[in-house]
Parts: sequence; structure tokens; C-alpha cells
Amino acid sequence: MLKYVFRRILQMIPVFLGVTLILFALRIPGLLPGDPVQLIVGERELTPALRAQIEEEHHLNESVPVQYGYYISGILQGDLGRSLQKNRTVTDILLDKFPNTARLAVSAILVEIIIGLLAGIISAVKQYSFWDVVVTLSTSILVSVPVFWLGMLLQMFFGIKIKQWTGGAFSLPMSGMGSPPDLVHLILPSITLASVSTAYVARIMRSQMLEAMGQDYIRTAMAKGLSERVVVFKHALKNALIPVVTFIGIDLGALMGGAILTESVFSWPGVGREIYLAVMQRDWPVVMGGVVVVVLIVMFVNLLVDISYAVLDPRIRYGGTTE
Amino acid sequence: MSADRQHPDGGDLHTPRGPLDAGGHELQDQPPRTLVPAVPEVTAHPSRTLWGDAWMRLRKNKLAIAGLTWITFIIIVTVSADLWVPQNFAEPTSTEFASMQAPSADHPFGTDRIGRDVFSRVVYGARVSLAVGILAVSISLVIGLALGSLSGYYGGLLDAFVMRTADIFFAFPYTLFAIALLAVLGPSYRNVFIAIGILGWPSIARVLRSSILSVKENEYVDAARAMGASDLRIMLRHIMPNAIAPIIVYGTMSIGGAIITEAALSYLGMGVQPPTPSWGGMLSEAKALMIPAPWLTVWPGFAILTTVLSFVLMGDGLRDALDVKMKD
Repeated sequence: MLKYVFRRILQMIPVFLGVTLILFALRIPGLLPGDPVQLIVGERELTPALRAQIEEEHHLNESVPVQYGYYISGILQGDLGRSLQKNRTVTDILLDKFPNTARLAVSAILVEIIIGLLAGIISAVKQYSFWDVVVTLSTSILVSVPVFWLGMLLQMFFGIKIKQWTGGAFSLPMSGMGSPPDLVHLILPSITLASVSTAYVARIMRSQMLEAMGQDYIRTAMAKGLSERVVVFKHALKNALIPVVTFIGIDLGALMGGAILTESVFSWPGVGREIYLAVMQRDWPVVMGGVVVVVLIVMFVNLLVDISYAVLDPRIRYGGTTE
Repeated sequence: MSADRQHPDGGDLHTPRGPLDAGGHELQDQPPRTLVPAVPEVTAHPSRTLWGDAWMRLRKNKLAIAGLTWITFIIIVTVSADLWVPQNFAEPTSTEFASMQAPSADHPFGTDRIGRDVFSRVVYGARVSLAVGILAVSISLVIGLALGSLSGYYGGLLDAFVMRTADIFFAFPYTLFAIALLAVLGPSYRNVFIAIGILGWPSIARVLRSSILSVKENEYVDAARAMGASDLRIMLRHIMPNAIAPIIVYGTMSIGGAIITEAALSYLGMGVQPPTPSWGGMLSEAKALMIPAPWLTVWPGFAILTTVLSFVLMGDGLRDALDVKMKD
């Protein structure tokens, strides 16, 4: 087991180095348009003295490999630089926003699990029924809906229209987290964020369930005279769940990294929105540092998922490392 | 089902079959003698190719045909827009104050904040969306096909390098990476499809690589090699035609994905810049006007939904028609 964890962590290192290398390359002058010093200076006037000072501070006068060394060691020490707009370190800003992103991610995952699994199981067990058609069609539509538009529609319906129809008696909050943060503010953003993945969960669940239902051991269980309920939930579901759990695990990692679109539509103060605002304000250190942190979070959550997976399913521990 | 299906295919037996159409035909008793040079026979029956088969199956899929019809319709509408769209999409429609008019006979989708006709803008927005979708996927295809085929065919160090690079690309959250790239490149119409295209190649390369890996094991590839065919010839004549089906399915769906991404980027202000009409950009302008002018939110989004849905349904249909097994 330890060996597996160790190997899994080793695999992360080249990927992480590659990611940082790409982000670092985005800052090398000449490779891509944009002068790094000018980006740091922003709107301020750039005098030769200021340029020299900034080059000194950011090690821009060193050779490229040395610069990369400084960059990596900074990241490893948790030093991602300082925001150009706010008088705070990038690490502080992101740590501040992360709990909000995590809240939204967890509730979206719950929506995914509950609705996605139910829809998938129903449409598989009642294949070709009315509900199967409903589920199949709505999952196709859901994967084609731009999330930000879905968010806007939900806002329009639950925030504005329902309020008009009920004379102001009922409506759901359209933005922010509420103060103090409450569950009502979570409803629309988590449905929006969960939409696409819920559709995927339902689709995977359905196809896995159909495959499991066609297996010999299911026929045996049926032939033994077990009730359909027992066969479906005890025998088929157990085996069909594995790929679904994999998907949900990967998705959890992705969601923990922040959801730029959903967070922007609902003004949710999370990591994704923070990075997006930084892009708009050309607050370069927050953007670059934010991306590094998000990649690390995603990798870390994936690692945890894989490990817990290896604990649950010994085949993975001893099997190959590839997909 | 046509009658010639029951006939033994005669000379066709000598042509090696790809794995894709194996299920569609009954094999004869004797094994196919691939090494015996086939004498081309002039048969009375029209030959049935893999693509002919696929088209026949696709035609029966109502949803896929609906998608295809809608895509064709949009392409015709967009290409011919200059000829018939009555209103200028970039300018207010009249000198009098025409801001935020509700939909009417004159303006089927209403007018926007500065009085421009929303219908014309949605029609011209389709031009941007389709162009970005197709150009972005073309870029992904060029890079992905080149790297994926080299990687799958030669294996070894090159394969390891390409696949690890793909892993690095997958480690980035997609939207965030696109935004970071555009922040560096600068938001513009051209940079949007470049960015989406660059982000899309790893998936294409992976799909093609795994497809090539399974096709490469076929005996007809060994046979071709034994007969002294060059790598390039084996690749283009023997492997590619049998390995390309998943790419067609994936590429079709990717166009839909690229259209959604373009809309999202333009919505965030990092994509196509106003006054060029784009669906995402229009939604961005609509955000503050949801209460007085809900039609500004409804129509551009509906256009995105139907277009992307068409590509998804087409992709689903092609997957069934070409009998491609893909992991979800």
C-alpha cells in the first residue's frame, strides 16, 4: 500500500514541473507578447530606475534557468508573490477564498450524487420507458447548456419571476453567500455547478447499470428467485458503481479548483472568481499563483481519491498504473 | 435491407476488413486469404464501403439527423446572412429611441440596450461561433493527429514524451487555462480559437493513439510490412482508415465543446470583443438587464444550446453508426 502511494506521488512530480514550466514560460519575454516588467508595473509610469529595481526584485536580470529555480523554490515555500492591487500575499488571498469554493464544490457533488445516481438507476432499470427517454434527453440537453446561461436562467426564474408571481413572498437569493453564510444561498449556485456533471453521472450510471444487468450473475440471482429490488441494489449496483465513483472523484478535484463561470454568475467569493477578477485587473501574480494553487489542489484531491480507491479495491493496488 | 446483402461479396473477401465493419458482415467459411492478390471483379452490385454502411445507419437515427439538419440550416443562414438580414447588427436600428424593445414583428427577438436588433445579432453571432468551433477543432486536429499518430505508431520515448505532455495539459483546469492563455495573448477573435485549439490537442492525440494501438496489432498491418510497404504507406493506407472513426466522433463533439468554450470566454470578456456580435458577449451584456429585458438573456443562450446540442447528437449518432466504443 505504501509503495502504491509512493509511486503515485512520484508520478505527480514531472506533471507538476511541467505545469510550472508552462506557467513560467508564459512570463519569458519574447516568447509571447507582453513585457513582464510592464505587466508588474501596470498603469504606473515605467522609468529606467523603476525597471532596474523591479528586475532586481523579481530576479529578471538572471538567466532563465536561474529564474525558474527562484520561481520553483518560491512555490515550494508557499511564496507565490504579492498582489499588485491588494496589499496582501497571493497565498493569503487564496487561503481566504478556498473555504467558499470548497463549500460550493461539496454541495454540488451532493447534488450530482443524489440526482445523477437516481436518474441513472431509474433509466437503466426501466429501460425504454417514459422516464428513460426523459433522462436520456435531458442529459443530452444538460451537457449542451452553457453553465453560465443555466445560472442566468435560474436567477431569472427563481430570483425574479417567482418573486413577481408570488408578490414578493417567495424567491431564492441570486448572488453572494448571505451573511452569515446560509444554505439558501447555496441552492442555485450548486445546482448550476452540478448540472453538467450530473448529466454525466446519470449517463455513466445508466450504461454501467445496463451492462451489469446483462451479466450472468444477475441472471443467476434472478433465477434463484431473488426480488428485483435485491438484485438491482445488492448485485448490479455494487458493480456498476465503480466507474461512477471514479468520475465523481475526478470531478471533486476539478470543482475544488474553483468554478470561474458559476462563481462569476452568482458573485460567489471563491478561488475561481478571485483569479478571474485578477485577470481583469491584470494582477499578474494572483493569476499565475492562483493557477499553480488550483493545479496543486486538483492534483492533491486526485491523489486522495486514488489512494482511498486503492484501499477499497485491491485490484488497483496491484494492477498496472495506466488507465 | 437490400437484396444484395445476402449475396456473398465475391472478390471483396480479399480486401482486409477493418475491425469496424466486422460486425456488419457474415464471414465466409474459408478464412480471408489476404496474401493472394485479389483479382478485381466487375460486379453488378454497388460496393458497400464502411462509410456507406455508416451513413445508412446514421440515417435511421432521428436525433442525429435532426442535429445534422439544424447545423446545415445554421450554416446556410449564416453564410447567406448578408443577403437577407434586414438590420445592421452593429448599429442601432433607427434614429428614434429604440432601446430594449420587447420582441415584435419588426424585431422578432427584441432590441438591446442601445437599440440594436437582437435577431440580426444572433444570426451574425452564429458566424463567430461556428467559425471559432471549426477553426479551433482544426488546430487541435492538426496537432493531435500528428502527435497521436507518431506516438501510437512508434511508441517508445516519443510516445512517453507526448503522453506526459498531454498529462500536463490535463492537469490544468480547462477554463482557467484558457483564461490564463488569453490573458497573455490578449483577448481577440483570433486568439480565442488559437487558445481553444491548443488546449484541445491532448484529447485528440490520446484518442487516436489508443485507437492506433489496437489497429496496429492486426495481421494486415504485418502483411503490409512484410510486403515492404513504407511506414508512411502503412500509416496512411492501412492504419489510419481503420483508426480514424473515434476521431470523427470525438471531433464532432469537440466542435460543440469549442462553441461552448468560446461563449464562456466571450461571456467573461476574454473572448470575441464587442462590437462583433458573439453569443457569449451578448449574454454578458444581458446580465445586468435580466429584469427589464429578459429576451436578451433567452435568445443567445437558446442559440448556443441548440447548436451545441446538434453537434452532441450528431456525435452520438456517429458513434453508434461507426460502432465506436468510447469511454465516457
